[in-house]
Amino acid sequence: MSAGPGLESLVDQTISVITNDGRNIVGVLKGFDQATNIILDESHERVYSTKDTVKQTKAFHLGLRSLLLGCLLKPHCDFANPVIGGMEGVQQLVLGLYIIRGDNISVVGELDEDLDSSLDLSKLRAHPLKPVIH
Amino acid sequence: MLFFSYFKDLVGREVTVELKNDLAIRGTLHSVDQYLNIKLENTRVVDQDKYPHMLSVRNCFIRGSVVRYVQLPPEGVDIELLHDATRREARGG
Repeated sequence: MSAGPGLESLVDQTISVITNDGRNIVGVLKGFDQATNIILDESHERVYSTKDTVKQTKAFHLGLRSLLLGCLLKPHCDFANPVIGGMEGVQQLVLGLYIIRGDNISVVGELDEDLDSSLDLSKLRAHPLKPVIH
Repeated sequence: MLFFSYFKDLVGREVTVELKNDLAIRGTLHSVDQYLNIKLENTRVVDQDKYPHMLSVRNCFIRGSVVRYVQLPPEGVDIELLHDATRREARGG
């Protein structure tokens, strides 16, 4: 089969992955295969929310409580994953080395570092992406 | 195989790919493979205010399994050719 849209050109580059459950994971592509299984290094998740700063402060305790609840429900969100973005706008959860199964991948985007550094993540607000429904 | 060849002929054209999570991405078709995975260049998300998740992405790979629609440029569609090809396929040749 002729060379299709493989991910060869993205190896060792920073990529942004959107998963079928609507998560956005950014990391360095280390490997991939036919089924789009991918290996990401130095990855982190970007968690989008619509909360503004004022509401955020008011909802801080509530937020902490839901964070705790979240830890019970989602194993990826425990205290071993420090939050590196602030408590407002887009939060960044450190994940480290990750393997994502191809079935769960929607989009793999090449992250333009210049464009990305010009973004002010603390000011970005968005609803979480909807999950893929087949 | 028919649609794989069909999409290969559309390489270089501007298309909009709508995904099964309602995200729509517009860009120039760069390549396609047998799974109908699609690579787009110079991409932009159609509703960027609602979906700022890909603001810093200019080139992307879309997994074929999550594509709901591909919107094609009208001039890229040769209906006669498609008719013939689908009839041939239906006959099993």
